[in-house]
Amino acid sequence: MKLKPGAVITEPGNSEKYETGGWRTFCPSVDPAKCTGCGLCWLFCPEAAISKGKPPKIDLRYCKGCGICANECPVKAITMKEGCRQ
Amino acid sequence: MMRIIDGNEAVALAAKLARVKVISAYPITPQTTVVEKLAEYISNGELDAEFIKVESEHSAMSACIGAAATGVRAFTATSSQGLLLMSEMLYVASGLRLPIVMTNANRSVSAPLSIWCDQQDSMTVRDSGWIQLYCENNQEILDTTIQAFRIAEELLLPVMVCYDGYILSHTLEPVDCPEQSEVDAFLPEYHYPYALDPEKPVTMGPVGVPEYYMEFRYLLQKAVQESKAKIVEIDHEFKKRFGRGYGILEEYRSDDAEVVILTMGSLSSSCKEIVDSLRQRGEKVGLVKLKSFRPFPTEEIIEALGRAKAVAVVEKDISLGHAGGLFIDTAAAFVNTREAPLMINFICGLAGRDVTSALLEQAVRETQRAAETGRVEKKIRWLGLQEKLVEE
Ligand code: SF4
Ligand code: SF4
Repeated sequence: MKLKPGAVITEPGNSEKYETGGWRTFCPSVDPAKCTGCGLCWLFCPEAAISKGKPPKIDLRYCKGCGICANECPVKAITMKEGCRQ
Repeated sequence: MMRIIDGNEAVALAAKLARVKVISAYPITPQTTVVEKLAEYISNGELDAEFIKVESEHSAMSACIGAAATGVRAFTATSSQGLLLMSEMLYVASGLRLPIVMTNANRSVSAPLSIWCDQQDSMTVRDSGWIQLYCENNQEILDTTIQAFRIAEELLLPVMVCYDGYILSHTLEPVDCPEQSEVDAFLPEYHYPYALDPEKPVTMGPVGVPEYYMEFRYLLQKAVQESKAKIVEIDHEFKKRFGRGYGILEEYRSDDAEVVILTMGSLSSSCKEIVDSLRQRGEKVGLVKLKSFRPFPTEEIIEALGRAKAVAVVEKDISLGHAGGLFIDTAAAFVNTREAPLMINFICGLAGRDVTSALLEQAVRETQRAAETGRVEKKIRWLGLQEKLVEE
């Protein structure tokens, strides 16, 4: 990759190449028994790291560990745990 | 065509001849008549450009950044507090590599409030990634401003043309003004390769995460550092077309000089006078006039000053708590070389204080004494200071 002058990005959507998973300290873990598949975590995740499902799937290449999903889950099916690496 | 104009009109005329498309500026003394003249050109149809009125210099530079990002030629002019107010955006302009041209009519900074000339304003923003070119007279102002657009656009770097407030901005001098067709041939229409265009979307000003920020700073440093060759090349071409060239620095009777004065801007003319009069008396004195302060031409400075026994660095600014900016950088240029000349820093002419021939001669005499004795008594001297007013 050659850097463009002035940090101009000429390729739209290339933030996909930047894996924010490296920022993560706490890791979301979903309890499939509690999950209702409502999709709120998918909606709220700022990194679009969650795929909808029951239970949802979390892409750890992008999950930055912010905990928003755990905060928003109406049935408390997501808990943030230290140290997970998948 | 030869005309009698002041420095500010030389700037306005150059911007008009460069066919700038967007001008955004805020009036500030002593630059004000630059933008007044440009507004007049636009209103009477001599110049086809947008004049964006703003409430501050911070906004003026912001508007120029936006304009330049769309790929048009953008121009602004300022002085002193105005330059300081826009300093945040100066770093954005260079970081984004937008080829904006700005002229700065050098003026002292507050406090105490002063509208008169020194070079503290532009010296203060020397680290901002802008090329800084200093002019000696009104002809050089006009020529340098025209060149500045070529330099900026070929290198994707902003360029600041600096000239002394009042001493040049409001002083009439004969200036050879080129024809529009001649300038058009020298300065082709501008095409910015990454211009904002909905058909070809780009992102400008993204976050510079720690993984990439350093590389962008490195690239910016490299671009400014290497701009020297381009500035010289464009100046050569300009000289071929218009018969006038300035180089990155000018060596004036300094070839065999034992004592050399180093300065920037209009002081160069005063120094040439003193050099001539001392030469008549058989004294080996010369001048080096530095035009490009950024990029700082280290090799050329070593080459031009290295032969002298002692150098008087005469300047109208001070990095408080250290020394004059020109002195600091010149001294740094000689680091790791074997034969550095002795150097004395003469701070003078702050806020329009007259720098007389007598004062310049005094500086030369002190420097000659250093050359003879091989030692410098006081490294930093305030030339023309009223000692009795500041004694404890
Ligand atoms: S922790 Fe944050 S980034 Fe990770 S999946 Fe939950 S909402 Fe998304
Ligand atoms: S918000 Fe909770 S319940 Fe809803 S899908 Fe996500 S994990 Fe399951």
